[in-house]
Amino acid sequence: MKSLRPWFQSALLAAGSVVFLFPLWWMVVVSLETPKRAGAAMTGQDGVALWPADPQWGNYAEALAEMGSEPWVGFVNALANSIVVTTLVVIGTVLSSSLVGFAFARLRWRGRGALFTLMLATMMLPGQVTLIPLFLLFRGLGWIDTILPLAVPAFFGNAFFIFMYRQFILQVPESLVEAAKVDGHGWLGIWWTVILPLCRPVTAICAVFTFIGTWNDFMGPLVYLHAEEQSTLAVALNSFRNQYGGLDDVHLLMAASLVTMLPCILLFIAAQRQFVEGLARGAVKG
Amino acid sequence: MAEVILKSVGKVYPGGVRAVQGVDLHVRHGEFIVLVGPSGCGKSTTLRMVAGLEEISEGTISIGGRVVNDIAPSDRDIAMVFQNYALYPHMTVGRNMAFGLERRRRHGSLLRSLLSPAYAAERRAESARIQARVDEAASLLGLRPLLQRMPRELSGGQRQRVAVGRAIVRDPAVFLFDEPLSNLDAKLRGEMRTELRILHRRLGATMMYVTHDQEEAMGLADRIVVMKDGLVQQIGSPSELYDRPVNRFVASFIGTPTMNFIEGDVERDGNGLALRWPGGRITLPVGITLATARAAIGIRPDTLVPVADGPFRGTVQSIEFLGDRADVLVESSGARLNARVPTDSARAMREGESITLGMPGLVHIFDGEGQRAE
Repeated sequence: MKSLRPWFQSALLAAGSVVFLFPLWWMVVVSLETPKRAGAAMTGQDGVALWPADPQWGNYAEALAEMGSEPWVGFVNALANSIVVTTLVVIGTVLSSSLVGFAFARLRWRGRGALFTLMLATMMLPGQVTLIPLFLLFRGLGWIDTILPLAVPAFFGNAFFIFMYRQFILQVPESLVEAAKVDGHGWLGIWWTVILPLCRPVTAICAVFTFIGTWNDFMGPLVYLHAEEQSTLAVALNSFRNQYGGLDDVHLLMAASLVTMLPCILLFIAAQRQFVEGLARGAVKG
Repeated sequence: MAEVILKSVGKVYPGGVRAVQGVDLHVRHGEFIVLVGPSGCGKSTTLRMVAGLEEISEGTISIGGRVVNDIAPSDRDIAMVFQNYALYPHMTVGRNMAFGLERRRRHGSLLRSLLSPAYAAERRAESARIQARVDEAASLLGLRPLLQRMPRELSGGQRQRVAVGRAIVRDPAVFLFDEPLSNLDAKLRGEMRTELRILHRRLGATMMYVTHDQEEAMGLADRIVVMKDGLVQQIGSPSELYDRPVNRFVASFIGTPTMNFIEGDVERDGNGLALRWPGGRITLPVGITLATARAAIGIRPDTLVPVADGPFRGTVQSIEFLGDRADVLVESSGARLNARVPTDSARAMREGESITLGMPGLVHIFDGEGQRAE
């Protein structure tokens, strides 16, 4: 196939970017509107403006202050909870997935192939299927209303990331592992000092995806954390819905949502190089 | 320095594949021994068993008088240089070299260092000793300017040096080399071979080296172990292997160009024996005993010379000039003979012309089973 002309390629990519960026831009515009104009845009009474007529920068402070029942306290609590849960989950997922991936890639043990297949099969299970059994399990353990049901499972690996780590580690020359053995390292030492530092591209992907998934997770915290002071940002955003499930202050919801999204966007920009490098390798080639 | 003794060592992989069988070898203090053979002959497996990277299925291996069959690689007092160097890509050259020693040093915790000034001082002194050893090895190999570089910033030859440096820093009883020069170009390989030889003399260390390149083996070794199909064929000095190969395999594997073989029927010749082949007949040296009806004579290419009257008449097929010498391929009654002759002699030859070759030098005689006949 003849390659596309550069200007056409650029135009195509620009058009694609507009499609993907428009919802974000619409959020920005609505977040800066007055309550009346934002409500009208939401209900379709007014067209979508590309630029707010009179930007209301104060909407942001108001949104964060109004999150939860006490001014600012709800936001600060939710932010702290989100940071704690997300940090634990990212650390847990990276450590456990890389360790298990290493074991699947490098250690020889009976039943390795069968267990790997079984692990891959767990990827086919939708989260909703395991939600109730897990809830019952965690309730039995007395973990409801603690962050344990959100953080602890992360330390038992994630099938998809285990698969990615395994594929990547398979490409690491065996002689590096052997050299580390001669240098006096056991399997854990080899994983920590040699394998994990070499897996940076996969770790970047794993960390970014896990961060975004956990930071934006609504279902988990909603099911396991019930007190307002325990809620994470994703759940706290729900406080902008009125008692009938409708939206009174859509401009504030958009402002709070944007603030909530900000860490994900910043993280992606910071880890972009590693992230794209990892994706480009498909995590299957060293 | 230490002796390495292999007694009836064998390796059987799951599925019953025998990679190595019945290897008996005594590597002496300070000896440079080279294991050589074609791919799949078991030489690397043997070295890896010495290193502890492969389990030993049969027999025992001792290093420095201690049986090491069940001892971890790091506790065998060995250092290994790998074919692809195996430098840690995320560490600087200096860190790569110090890594093994740092690992041994780390027996205490940071907390202990903070709580006990004496302990902290001891650790600092140990760090200084490690650094001194790294500096010493780096100076020996000319690596000092490279200590802060990452492996990816080095050329193949420099990486190879770092790999050797990493081994030297450990000050092991035995150095193990697994085809360390095979990734280098021919010129660099020659240079590094010389450097390794000098290094061996300087360190006086016991070294075991694996290669498939017989020239490298001949150039480096005090003694060579020739292997084929997991079995040791012959152990001897380079000159022993060259002058008195025990079988046709060793005779053909050692030496460049390869030895010429003429096969024929054995017949009586007075009190002695003679070999007849379609192109001629030759009386075998007095005292040779052969139990088989068929036999072969082996002639090194450098012992074949153009003569006025000799046993091999044939046609010159090709002449390759190599500088001071030339390789001449001669077709004689269906047999192809390689002769390495002085360039002056080769200048007088023409491709397609007839030539007669004689062999005033050493001739090797092998029985029908390929074993040396004496």
